Amino acid sequence: MPLAESWQTAEIPGPKKASLIIKPDIADAIIRRAKRPIMVVGYGAVEYEVEGIKLIECLIELAKKGKIPVVVTASTAREFRNRGFSPAALMPAVDIGNRLTDSTWKGLDGKDTYDLAIFVGLPYYMEWTILSGLKHFASALKTMTLDCVYQPNASWSFPNSTIKDWAANLRDIVENLGD
Amino acid sequence: MYCLSGLGGIKLRRDGVNLKIKELKSDIAHFRDLSITIGAIARETWVEPMGPTPFPSLTTLRSWDRKLLERYKPFYLPFCDLCCLCTYGKCDLTGNKRGACGIGMAAQQSRTVLLAASIGASTHTAHARELVTHLIGKYGRDLPLNVGGLNVEVEAPHMRLVCGMKPEKLSDLEEALDYCEKQVTQLLAVTHTGQEGNNLDFESKVFHAGMIDHVGMEIADLAQISAFDFPKADPESSLIDLGLGSVNINKPVILVIGHNVPPAAEIIDYLREQDLTTEAEVTGICCTAMDMTRYSAKAKIVGPISWQLRYIRSGVPDVIVIDEQCIRADTLQEAMQIKAPVIATSEKNCCGLPDRTLDDPDDIVADLVSGKSSGALIFDPVKVGEVTVRTAIAIAPKRKKHKVLPSVDELIRIAKKCTLCTLCRRACPNDLPVSYAVKAAAQGNLNGLDELYDDCVGCGRCESACPQKIPVHSLIVTAAEKKTAEETFCIRSGRGAIQDIEIRKVGGPIVLGEIPGIVAFVGCANYPKGSREVAELCMEFAKRRYIVCTSGCAAMSAGMYRNDEGKTAYEMYSGSFEAGGIVNVGSCVSNAHISGAAIKIASIFAKKPLRGNYEEIADYVYNRVGAVGVAWGAMSQKAASIAAGFWRLGIPVVVGPHGTKYRRMLLGRSDKEQDWYVYDTRTGKKVYGGPVPEHLFFAAETKEEAMVMIAKLTMRPNDTSKGRAIKLTNYIDLHRRLIGGMPPDMHLLVRKMADIPLTMKEDIEKILQHMKWTEHEIPDPTLLSRMIHTPKEA
Repeated sequence: MPLAESWQTAEIPGPKKASLIIKPDIADAIIRRAKRPIMVVGYGAVEYEVEGIKLIECLIELAKKGKIPVVVTASTAREFRNRGFSPAALMPAVDIGNRLTDSTWKGLDGKDTYDLAIFVGLPYYMEWTILSGLKHFASALKTMTLDCVYQPNASWSFPNSTIKDWAANLRDIVENLGD
Repeated sequence: MYCLSGLGGIKLRRDGVNLKIKELKSDIAHFRDLSITIGAIARETWVEPMGPTPFPSLTTLRSWDRKLLERYKPFYLPFCDLCCLCTYGKCDLTGNKRGACGIGMAAQQSRTVLLAASIGASTHTAHARELVTHLIGKYGRDLPLNVGGLNVEVEAPHMRLVCGMKPEKLSDLEEALDYCEKQVTQLLAVTHTGQEGNNLDFESKVFHAGMIDHVGMEIADLAQISAFDFPKADPESSLIDLGLGSVNINKPVILVIGHNVPPAAEIIDYLREQDLTTEAEVTGICCTAMDMTRYSAKAKIVGPISWQLRYIRSGVPDVIVIDEQCIRADTLQEAMQIKAPVIATSEKNCCGLPDRTLDDPDDIVADLVSGKSSGALIFDPVKVGEVTVRTAIAIAPKRKKHKVLPSVDELIRIAKKCTLCTLCRRACPNDLPVSYAVKAAAQGNLNGLDELYDDCVGCGRCESACPQKIPVHSLIVTAAEKKTAEETFCIRSGRGAIQDIEIRKVGGPIVLGEIPGIVAFVGCANYPKGSREVAELCMEFAKRRYIVCTSGCAAMSAGMYRNDEGKTAYEMYSGSFEAGGIVNVGSCVSNAHISGAAIKIASIFAKKPLRGNYEEIADYVYNRVGAVGVAWGAMSQKAASIAAGFWRLGIPVVVGPHGTKYRRMLLGRSDKEQDWYVYDTRTGKKVYGGPVPEHLFFAAETKEEAMVMIAKLTMRPNDTSKGRAIKLTNYIDLHRRLIGGMPPDMHLLVRKMADIPLTMKEDIEKILQHMKWTEHEIPDPTLLSRMIHTPKEA
């Protein structure tokens, strides 16, 4: 299937589409370049498992290595806490999305606005609409998704890929961040 | 309505009457063929003085809307980067660009929301007009309105509140209908290119559309309850058979789909008149089904709108009668597959069929039974009744329940064509793992398909997308054949209005917060994870002693699940409007009784003047009545307008994750203290009332998140400490169980130490200390400075 095609076929946004993350190095560079990143993790992250490793474990490692505060939505917090990781905040997806459109919001710690929001694990169409809100109403914010499907409304997205390839990419990102 | 001075008690109505005088001689003049048009004269029996805003125009309540929108700023979620509504376009609105007409993205999104809400309001209003016209023709203009006899004195809370009128007979409803139609026309005009350009003005008009929608719904349900003798505010209305498995397939089966009940009522009447009631099954899908069972408890409900494809393809229905709204556009094609004739009955949905309204029923029946015609368009409900029954009885033996579902062997053979291209999954609204299930079926394992049945919304997009032409939906239904046969549930028949005495009993406990809230499960069946979640949500809140209301497809879903004891929600809980009751009000248009109950709490319990007094009543409801609407599977434009009607009354609405596709949320910011100040009516001071209710329109990601948010959104600034403690107990308990740990916003919701639930005192006090929390006063809250008793800052 074409790489830069919306996973849900009819969800075509228009002229402004996400750039493809064709190799993990790109995602690494984006994260490294960000001064104030934040990661939003939806409940889907709990459900993915590849070769016995849960996606959530990979995300915890990524958050730790990248020093990225994590906002968890829905019932995701318990899974993080069970693994000894305390998310920076627990907040519904639309709530954090809304706050990220506010250019005066100084973030969870009250220090400054975020310049990169990383999304993963929300229902595809819900992430699609929230990323659209940010694309249009958070002009200073860049967005990236770590899902295994193409999200056209992000600034950067992985292409549609198999779970196995996607897991390998995530592992590479985490490893590279440790360099 | 205008008073004609000197005629004491005689008032002129808005609709005109024409007075013709052939010849009039007087001292000053001699007239011939004089024609005078004046307002209709009606004797005024309602002594309540008129309030400030009867028949509000598009902007009459703009300042109230702005108050809400200042707190709940729109978060827009564009579904498209473009505007394509005129020939200037498509216009690219990305990156703060403006369209050729000058519109920006925020205004364009709110304009689209207004379009949706206007479509919804027009649909209910048009339905109400059709019903009222039909019923006046059948029962006369003077048929008294009766929704609950002596138990319901405030019979039309929306019409009283919005229009300032108290309807007493069928023809009185026409005045309110005229008003609704004018407003909907004007609202639609607002969406034309080159009209409104400010997003908040669009949003205010969305609220207006919602308010009109609730008046339209109320008109429709008042008319049909009164004329068809539906249950009249009866908490013990009948239990109705529900589910595919409840249909006796050995009889001729009639299926009705839609929302307009007169054709279905005539079918039942014809069966009764011909003494054929036991000879045929009358079954229904969607709101016509709901209303039909309010007319006859022997009729059966198959399920919500998502059951259309699966039921038709099962081959069970022998004749399909459609009226209006939410009917699949391909019903005729699907019906032709199973050789069942379609009878269309609405000018709004003609299906390309020939108009047979004036034809002899013998000829129509002959054509339908012989297969010469695949369907007929008949606008006369009485003729629909006769033709449908006669056709069903005659055609049933010939059809032998011809179905288009494959056998299991065929299913496996067909599934082998799957190339695992995943286009079915990518077309599925819920991203269900369709392709893997089909591939497994090719190996003889049907479990995957069987599991999909529970979560499938029945849209059929999977098979439209399949390049191999695999009838995926049919495979799912075949694999779940055992489940469909076991779909034998029950639902309480729609009771209509809430009794005044029920309002008197619960008004105090609700306003004080001691009944933790009213939670209404309404709307369509576009669920993210199947119907069962709605049943679970209903039972959870009933168990917690909230007042639970249901309507429409959500009411059906609430009944389609049995607990460990084999009971459905409607068998477990009472149908009374009381703590721990599950109250099915009826069909879509019955939603007006739910919002109406909130209005009646202000009117009956708090004795607030109702007549033409929208802003004050909405302010009361918003600050004091802990009601929340939940449309877990909201899909339609009507759902948008129903929600908007709740918003203008200050009642929050929670939708499922698909609800983000409505293109905007209305979200409060609990972190912005300055947003949550209210007037204390006792002192006139502006005081912090806390972030309650936190949001006005909120999409939850999961059922668990929704449950916790619903519990939180029932909080109001007026809650007493005892009431707030009860609400906090539910909120914290649900949060701990479903999300994990204590909620992060305890310090924002506890106002005084007395608010803290005793059993959780230690945990909460630790949090409050950590957050450097201090007590603050509980106000007598209002957003309206004119409500201050002793103004100091007004």
